[in-house]
Amino acid sequence: MHKIESQNVNFYYGENQALHDISLSMKENTVTALIGPSGCGKSTYLRLLNRMNDLIDDTKMTGSILIDGTDIYGNATNVDNLRKNVGMVFQKPNPFPKTIFENVAYGLRVNGITDKNEIEERVVTTIEQVALWDEVKDKLKKSAFELSGGQQQRLCIARALAIKPSILLMDEPTSALDPISTSKIEELIYELKNKYTIVIVTHNMQQAGRVSDNTAFFYMGNLIEYDKTKSIFTKPAKKQTEDYITGRFG
Amino acid sequence: MSSVVLLKIKHTDLKTNFKQIKEKIIEFILMLSSAATSITVVLIVFFLFIEGAGVFSKKPIDKGFLLAVNDSNPITKLEPSQIKDIFDQKITNWKELGGKDQAIVLFRTGDITDYYTDEELGANFEYFPEKINELVAKTPGIIAFFSDKYKSKDFKGRELDLDKISVFKFLSDEEWFPTAEPVAQMGVKPLIYGTLLVSFGAIVLALPIGLFAAIYLSEIAKKRTRNFLKPLIELLAGIPSVVYGFFGLVIIVPLIQSVFNLPVGETALAGSVVLAIMALPTIITISEDAMRNTPRAMKEASLALGASHWQTIYKVVIPYSASGITAGAILGIGRAIGETMAVLMVTGNAAVIPHTFLAPVRTIPATIAAELGEAANGGLHYEALFALGCILFVITFGINMLVEMVTNKQSHKKH
Repeated sequence: MHKIESQNVNFYYGENQALHDISLSMKENTVTALIGPSGCGKSTYLRLLNRMNDLIDDTKMTGSILIDGTDIYGNATNVDNLRKNVGMVFQKPNPFPKTIFENVAYGLRVNGITDKNEIEERVVTTIEQVALWDEVKDKLKKSAFELSGGQQQRLCIARALAIKPSILLMDEPTSALDPISTSKIEELIYELKNKYTIVIVTHNMQQAGRVSDNTAFFYMGNLIEYDKTKSIFTKPAKKQTEDYITGRFG
Repeated sequence: MSSVVLLKIKHTDLKTNFKQIKEKIIEFILMLSSAATSITVVLIVFFLFIEGAGVFSKKPIDKGFLLAVNDSNPITKLEPSQIKDIFDQKITNWKELGGKDQAIVLFRTGDITDYYTDEELGANFEYFPEKINELVAKTPGIIAFFSDKYKSKDFKGRELDLDKISVFKFLSDEEWFPTAEPVAQMGVKPLIYGTLLVSFGAIVLALPIGLFAAIYLSEIAKKRTRNFLKPLIELLAGIPSVVYGFFGLVIIVPLIQSVFNLPVGETALAGSVVLAIMALPTIITISEDAMRNTPRAMKEASLALGASHWQTIYKVVIPYSASGITAGAILGIGRAIGETMAVLMVTGNAAVIPHTFLAPVRTIPATIAAELGEAANGGLHYEALFALGCILFVITFGINMLVEMVTNKQSHKKH
């Protein structure tokens, strides 16, 4: 069974159709990269997976998206629980104006965990998991804003992982970071793959090539091609894909 | 050929020069307007404090009048409140003031006919000074209040000494009766208490309602609802305060009277309710703006972690906009403290220190507005009202500084 399964998804911003009939399935514990030029709908699609687009006024979605076989847009789905299961990391690091510790503990607290020891243990484990522990262990009580951009982004990943999601959505997580921070995050994605199903939107072709198992190429709201990353990058089936990957447009 | 080129260069030079001059003129006009504004503000404050300071170099007795006692009386100095009690006949024996056990005999200029006949005083009152002198000399318990033009050269009584009004006494005395005879009672404590009580009540009522309304508008209301409600609330700020006063007088005052079963409904509470309504638009619009300034990324981060809408509001939106909310609240109080007309109409204006919200109070601005018309220009009362104005200015200035500090802290936090 597929972990994520979308069937004939259409999405509209007002009158404007942003996604056309997207059907796309992802297996458990794989990394899927969504690539395509700006405005192609890849971020919109990503934000459908944790219903983040619900926050935008005047939008409409048709079709269905199943996660673990359940329609996440069905009446039975509780959005808060869905988002607990589907973590998200944003384009720009967006830690809360709180301490490093409280940033990671936030998700635990809002999900009703009150046991101090449990919170502390989970915070430490997840900060270790994102390889940030050595850098922040002495300043857990300091503001998260004191960290560098790359550290902040890893903190945001830790924050998302602390509530033990099974899916992690990443919306251009390294676009605001320097090359060294980027490579650290890519290493992290590689390690996280064993435990999580990851969907990553990226503008960086090399990054898609390095971290993903499968790649989906979006163009003007359409899914043009979806295949193993290796195939997409070596022998793309569609001319548009080839043009984009080789840098002829986009 | 070369001269044509030269001419062209000169022409463009002239053009740029002209442009520069024009810009200088515009800059000068702009500078002038801001300078004029600043000077006006400084002048107003200067004028206020000069007039207000006048009260502190004077004795609280009308110019040209004096208080005198018999020479044998050991009392040399009395407080204004003691003098008032004497003339109100609350104190009737010198013993109560630390003097001899002797009944106090009050004497005002008009009382002279009780002691002497018209013939004795002379047709044109030419023996008046002499007779007062005689009376004061022969009555050991007397306290006499009269104009110093009736003070004879060989006056045998002793003039009572009065302290000049001090800042401390002005602030701490508990009675405000600036037109009292013979000695004005200049205690602004009840007025300050009244102002603070009414404003405090207003903020207690307005803050929760304003905060809830702001949260609703910024986070919960649909775009259409907000577009309808926001201008409506802002309209509330534009209603003249006298209209709020009418509303308070006709609706709120009778309501309070019947709900609490009071003899009169004009109370501090009525003032607080009216001021709360007036402070609401300020609190709502400023807090709502602060909340809407919460970065979307923060809210999305919270929601993406499974936080509910409400958890996101109170764990992210409210902390993030806390300083904006505080600024709104403080500005709301500032408006309440300075508000005159509406309060004047509904609070009953009794200058006594209030002990409950259901007592009538009098605020500083209401006092100034009500009394300035009847205070003689340049007189003691007049200057005392200016001193009240200074107190009000200091309070509101302090509040503005506080807002400044809070909002500075906010912008500091964001960088």
